[in-house]
Amino acid sequence: MTERAARYPVRTRMLHWLTAILIFAMLLIGFTMVNSIGSYAWLVGVHMTIGIVILAIVVVRVANRFTHRVPKLPATVGGFERILIVGSELTLYTVMLAQPLVGWAMVSASGRPVVVFGSVRLPRIAPFNADLYFVLRQAHSVLAYLLVAVIAAHVSAVLLHTLTMRDRMLSRMTF
Amino acid sequence: MSQPAKKPLSWGDTPLTRRSILIGLGAVGAFLVVDLGAVAYANNWIGAGRDLTRKTFVDGFTTVFGLHPGFRKNHAKGVAVTGLFDSNGNGRQLSKAAVFRPGRTPVTGRFSLTGGNPDVADAPDAARGLGLAFAFPDGTQWRTAMLNLAVFPDNSAQGFYDRLLASKVVPSTGKPDPAAMSAFLAAHPETAAAITVIKAHPPTPGFADSTYSGLNTFYFVNDAGVRTPVRWSFVPQQEALAAQRDTNNGLFDALVRQMRGGPLTWRLMLTVGSKDDPARDPTLPWPPDRRSIDAGTLTLTTIETEAAGNARDINFDPLVLPDGIEPSDDPLLSARSAVYAASYRARTGQPKTPSAVQVNEVSS
Repeated sequence: MTERAARYPVRTRMLHWLTAILIFAMLLIGFTMVNSIGSYAWLVGVHMTIGIVILAIVVVRVANRFTHRVPKLPATVGGFERILIVGSELTLYTVMLAQPLVGWAMVSASGRPVVVFGSVRLPRIAPFNADLYFVLRQAHSVLAYLLVAVIAAHVSAVLLHTLTMRDRMLSRMTF
Repeated sequence: MSQPAKKPLSWGDTPLTRRSILIGLGAVGAFLVVDLGAVAYANNWIGAGRDLTRKTFVDGFTTVFGLHPGFRKNHAKGVAVTGLFDSNGNGRQLSKAAVFRPGRTPVTGRFSLTGGNPDVADAPDAARGLGLAFAFPDGTQWRTAMLNLAVFPDNSAQGFYDRLLASKVVPSTGKPDPAAMSAFLAAHPETAAAITVIKAHPPTPGFADSTYSGLNTFYFVNDAGVRTPVRWSFVPQQEALAAQRDTNNGLFDALVRQMRGGPLTWRLMLTVGSKDDPARDPTLPWPPDRRSIDAGTLTLTTIETEAAGNARDINFDPLVLPDGIEPSDDPLLSARSAVYAASYRARTGQPKTPSAVQVNEVSS
C-alpha cells in the first residue's frame, strides 16, 4: 500500500488526544477522591478545575466536528458496524458534554459554590434542592461508569481493527 | 511450511491470520487489564486498600448509633435557625472576605447535639454544635461547624474513628466499655490531654449561653496579602433559660422558648495566632494572652423544625470558604469535608422522617 491513510485534521487529532488524557485522568481522580480522607479536599479542587477545562474543550470539539469531513472509514467496516460507530461517537460526545454539566449542577444544587483554579467562583446552574442534588449525584456516578465502558469499547475496537484486520484504523487519529 | 489446507480465516471480506488475531486480542486484553485495573484500584476495589475511607466512617457511625435513614451520621439531632451577621469592619484587618466588610450578611444555621441518634435525649454534657452558613447560597458564602468545647478531642482522622468506636455504648450498662475507653486514651495521649482542657470548661446550662468555637485553625488573608493564623469563637451575649428535665428535648425546648421571646446574639471573636502556635493540631489550646478581635454580632431571629430547603439540607462543610479565608494543613479539615460529603449524599437519597425537635409542639 502506497497511499497515505486519510487522517483527521491536526486540530481534531490534538483535541481528541487532549480530551482522552484529561478524561482518563479525571475518572481516576474522581474514583480516588471519593475514597480519600486526607487528599479529599485537594482532589475536589483539582477535579472541578479539570472538569471545567474538559467542558470548554468539548464545546470547542463539538463545534470543530462540523468544520470538516470525517476521513473515510477503512473498507473493513461493514454496514452494521458503521451504525455502531456513529452511535458510539454520539454517545461519547453526549456524555463528555453532560458529565461536567451534571457535576456543576450537582454542586450548585447542594448550595455550595463551584470554585475552580483555586479561587474562580462559577455561577450556580441549578437551584438549591437536596432531592435534585441526589438525582444529579447519582447521575454523575452512572455517567462516570458509562464513560469507562464506552471508552473501553472504543479503544478495544480500534485495537482490533488496527492489529487484527490491519486496516490502519488508528492512523486516522495519530500524528 | 507444509500444512494441511484450511479455509483461510476472515472477518467479512477481510482476511485474517492467526497471528493477527492473537496480537489484536492480546493488545485488547492488555489494555483492558491496565484500564479496568486502574479504575478498580482508584475505587479501592483491589489492592491493599486505604486504611480509612469515608465508608469506614459511615459504617463506624452505623455500628455505634444504628441506622437512621435521612439524618446526618453525626450531630443527627438538631433544629434550624436563621438570622444576620452585623460586621463592624474590624475583621478587615485580617481578612478580605466580604462577610467582614462593615454591613449585614444573612445567616442560616443549625443547633445540634453530638452523636448519630436523632432521637437521643438531651444530655447536658453532650457536645453542642452550631453550624452557620453566611451569605448562603452565594459564591461568597462561608460555612463553619462549631462546638461548645475549648479544644477538639482528636488531632487525626484515625484518632476520631478510634474514639468513635471506643465510645460505643454497651447495652447492658448504658455506658461505653471502660476498658475500651482507657485502651483508647492510652493509645491517644493527645485526646487524654484535650479532655483535661475540655473538662476545665464545664458546659453552660443551655444552647443560648454556650460559646461555639471553630477549633480548627484557618489562615485569614487580608487585602495586602498577609496571612494570619486565626481561630474563631462566637461568644454568647445572654444567659440561657434552664433546660426542662421532664422531656427528651430539654435543651432544645428551652432554646425554642427563649427565641420566641426575642433574638439571641453572639459576638464573633477572631483570635490571632502567632507563627509558633499549633495550627494543625486542634487538641492544643493557644496561649490565653493571644489578641482577639471583635468582628461583629451574630443575631439569630427565627427557629424552625428541620425541613426541606432549610438548614436540614445544608452540609456544614468547614471547607466552604470565601476568598480571604484559607484552610490550614490540619488533617481533620479534609477528613471532615470527605465524611460530611458521604453523609450528605447518603441522607439526601433516603426517605425522611420528622425530626425529634418540632418547634411548633414546644409549649410556651
